Amino acid sequence: MRLAHKLAIESDNVRADAVEAMEFPQLAIKYNVRGVPRIVINETIQIEGAIPEPMLMAQLQEALKPADE
Amino acid sequence: MPLLQDKDKEVVETRFQEELVNPVRLVNFTQALECQFCAETRQLVEEVAALSDKIELEVYNFAIDKEKVEEYGVDKIPAIAIIGEKDYGVRYYGIPSGYEFSSLLEDIIDVSRREVELLPATREALAGITEPLHFQVFVTPT
Repeated sequence: MRLAHKLAIESDNVRADAVEAMEFPQLAIKYNVRGVPRIVINETIQIEGAIPEPMLMAQLQEALKPADE
Repeated sequence: MPLLQDKDKEVVETRFQEELVNPVRLVNFTQALECQFCAETRQLVEEVAALSDKIELEVYNFAIDKEKVEEYGVDKIPAIAIIGEKDYGVRYYGIPSGYEFSSLLEDIIDVSRREVELLPATREALAGITEPLHFQVFVTPT
């Protein structure tokens, strides 16, 4: 969780919610959350949350690549 | 009954004294009915805010204070926004207990200091991202 909030503090383009999955089960179902931490970005990108910072950024950049690249 | 034990309060109070730099606002959205953890969340932020004069607490009713709900973009409760010199987009939905409680404290300190520790490569990558990103990180109390 900390990393997402750090990214939000660092960048004006990022906002980050910590969502307690047990309190909002309908969201956990919506995003098919089976284990935590689980990161959902812009509704569509899903990343396993408990990974090192460089790996998260690499996965994020990969997911943000335009489809034609 | 307090949620934070005296010894924990002492530890947090000392950290806040040493590490908080600029004022921070905790903005809590709550309501009395049909919200299982709203009362506890409110109590928790009240206890945290009482540990430093640099932390100011604002509490709004999710059902009534529509302007504030819109201003902070809150769509569910209990919610906590951590606001510094600006709104960085840092939110907690649900009670931050267990490991998330320490995350809350670290976030308060980061917002107060207006800086975070990140790898240089992360800052560089982040600077290259121009589209808005909305992270939702699902957690459970541990």
